[in-house]
Amino acid sequence: MKRTLYLLTVVLLVTVLLGVTLVANAQERTAVIGFTASTTGKYNVESTRQINGLNLWLNQVNEAGGITLSDGTVVTFETVFYDDESNTDRVQELYTRLATDDNADFLISPYSSGLTDASSIIAEQYGKVMITTGAASDSTYQKGYSLVFQTYTPASRYLTGALDLLASLDESATKIAIVHENDKFSTDVSTALNDYALALGYEVVLFEGYDSGTTDFAPFINKIQDAAPDAVLGGGHFQDGSTFARQLYEKGIDLKFVALLVAPPEPSFAELGDAAVGVVGPSQWEPLGLIDAMAAEAAGLEFFGPSGQEFIDAYMAAYEEEPSYHAAGGYVAGLLLQKAIIDADSLDTQAIKEALDNMDLLTFFGHMQFDTTPEAHGLQIGHSMMYIQWQGEGDMLEKAIVWPPEAVTGDALYPIRGE
Amino acid sequence: MDILTFLVDGLLIGFVYGIAAMGLTLIWGVMNVINLSHGPIIALGMFGIYFAATSLGVNPYVGVILVSFAGLLLGMLIYAIAIHRVINAPHLSTLLATFAVNMIIIGLGTTAFTTSAYNVDFSLGNISVGPVNTPTTRVIAALASVLVTGALYFFLYRTTLGKYVRAVTDNRAAAELMGIPSARILALSFGLGTMLAAIAGGLIATFFPFTILSGGAYELKSFVVGVMGGVGNPLGALIGGLILGTFEGVIPAFMPTSWVPVLEFILFVVILLVRPTGLLGAKK
Repeated sequence: MKRTLYLLTVVLLVTVLLGVTLVANAQERTAVIGFTASTTGKYNVESTRQINGLNLWLNQVNEAGGITLSDGTVVTFETVFYDDESNTDRVQELYTRLATDDNADFLISPYSSGLTDASSIIAEQYGKVMITTGAASDSTYQKGYSLVFQTYTPASRYLTGALDLLASLDESATKIAIVHENDKFSTDVSTALNDYALALGYEVVLFEGYDSGTTDFAPFINKIQDAAPDAVLGGGHFQDGSTFARQLYEKGIDLKFVALLVAPPEPSFAELGDAAVGVVGPSQWEPLGLIDAMAAEAAGLEFFGPSGQEFIDAYMAAYEEEPSYHAAGGYVAGLLLQKAIIDADSLDTQAIKEALDNMDLLTFFGHMQFDTTPEAHGLQIGHSMMYIQWQGEGDMLEKAIVWPPEAVTGDALYPIRGE
Repeated sequence: MDILTFLVDGLLIGFVYGIAAMGLTLIWGVMNVINLSHGPIIALGMFGIYFAATSLGVNPYVGVILVSFAGLLLGMLIYAIAIHRVINAPHLSTLLATFAVNMIIIGLGTTAFTTSAYNVDFSLGNISVGPVNTPTTRVIAALASVLVTGALYFFLYRTTLGKYVRAVTDNRAAAELMGIPSARILALSFGLGTMLAAIAGGLIATFFPFTILSGGAYELKSFVVGVMGGVGNPLGALIGGLILGTFEGVIPAFMPTSWVPVLEFILFVVILLVRPTGLLGAKK
């Protein structure tokens, strides 16, 4: 009897201990988010801000105690990342390492369409959900992938609004020049823009690409001068776009309208001074066009995450600079992952994929919804662009949203030079 | 179409190509060394101007003078450490030695400056003559290139040291028999070559943004220009640079800019076939 009692006590103790251990294990789970950042190379500016945004989200979620699932599991996050040197060749090797050696639960894309396209293959191959940000090319989502989800407005709709703006400003403008970087994203944008311009009846007097890394735009600017267009559109990324804008100004060509990709919305674009004045840039998000829960209510959508103002305040407190859309994109990539985990109530890849497929909500970044057709699975279909223009003089430059009409914060400067 | 605008832009950048190529071709001509560290030294010249302007607060053109002396000293140091011991070895040894220097500079430069772009925030406005409107910095770079070419010619043909350099170029053994300290002259020649590379980099930095990797493109152009003009011939390098610049300026007037390297290299092959010693002839 005494022996039976002793055995029962031991069994009970072991059971309790095992239970406590299991509960303790079930209560904490650190999800690993893997990505590469262009700490060096030509995408350094955009990528750094993107990662700043992502890290801000991660710190906020972890400081708030993580995400609690219905089984009591508290999910917190940690990141593993490498420098991809803005180099496509490095990306596949590093994402393979993230998926295998580092056992990342989820992936966030690198910056730029080219690098993201390379990393998407790895995400799909190793069955990892990847939220892409800083990557707008449509074609990545037309390859039959099922686990890659886009945050940005796709490239095919990137610069078309700039033409709508031009049409609203000057009905007599008929000739445009498109000069773009010869990379995947810029070529996709420019090809879509060219088609749209022709459909609107514009004459495209120059359509030409320049090599990534070009520093001398004189041959292109001479051609622009020769073709005498009303507007110049195109560009590529921050470095080449800034140089192009600067050299366009230095050459003193009387252009009525200039719209360039990526570079203008970056706050540091204003360092160009007078060369930045009047330049229009498509932006995925602007601190001027704030979205909050009231906007969601008006739109009949669920709102998730901080309001635009809360994001700006938190970002400025963390990094002492105004957030660009790259920073907002990085943050919202994390936010979408957070929402998907909450909706899925799990860290299971398939459940999170389904949650993302069903997502239709408003965040401070804008409307988020993904294409679920096999032809373009993961393509962003909810979000739309806004267009900013730098206005003012010398060091006193300010951004104004000049398109679309419902988001306008200032009248567009037109023509920007000349008459 | 105003071809003059295209031509002037091409010629102005061609002068700078010429001076960059002059550094490469001088080393090549005097020492029979293909200097694969030429590109990174051009990039160091760019960074030299940047830090002279931002940290020391000096005018970028004063910075070019400082950078030229730094380039001279750096070249002599590179010669003493990496080249001198292998100068009489087969070409592959000197090629590998300068390649090693190239990798060291790129590695250190990447660590120190990353591969992100830098920009010297400097403008002198524009010069307008008729239909041509061009930034003043480009005109000054072209004038500086002419000045440096003149100074190099003065040094080579009007000074004793220059005579020594030419003597070593023509026949090193005979020069040594005449009492010319060939090792020091070779170090000086290498230094002069790197000085020209640094000056070219400095001038380019006054109007183009740059990274530590930017010198590579100019190094490639320097090879083409050097062979086109005649190896070891400084005036040939300048003329080769002007031809290359003219191609880059004028071809886009008639066809897509992507055709520029295609036609440039066709011309390069034609010159090699028709006149293998280059337009002005290689050193004897």
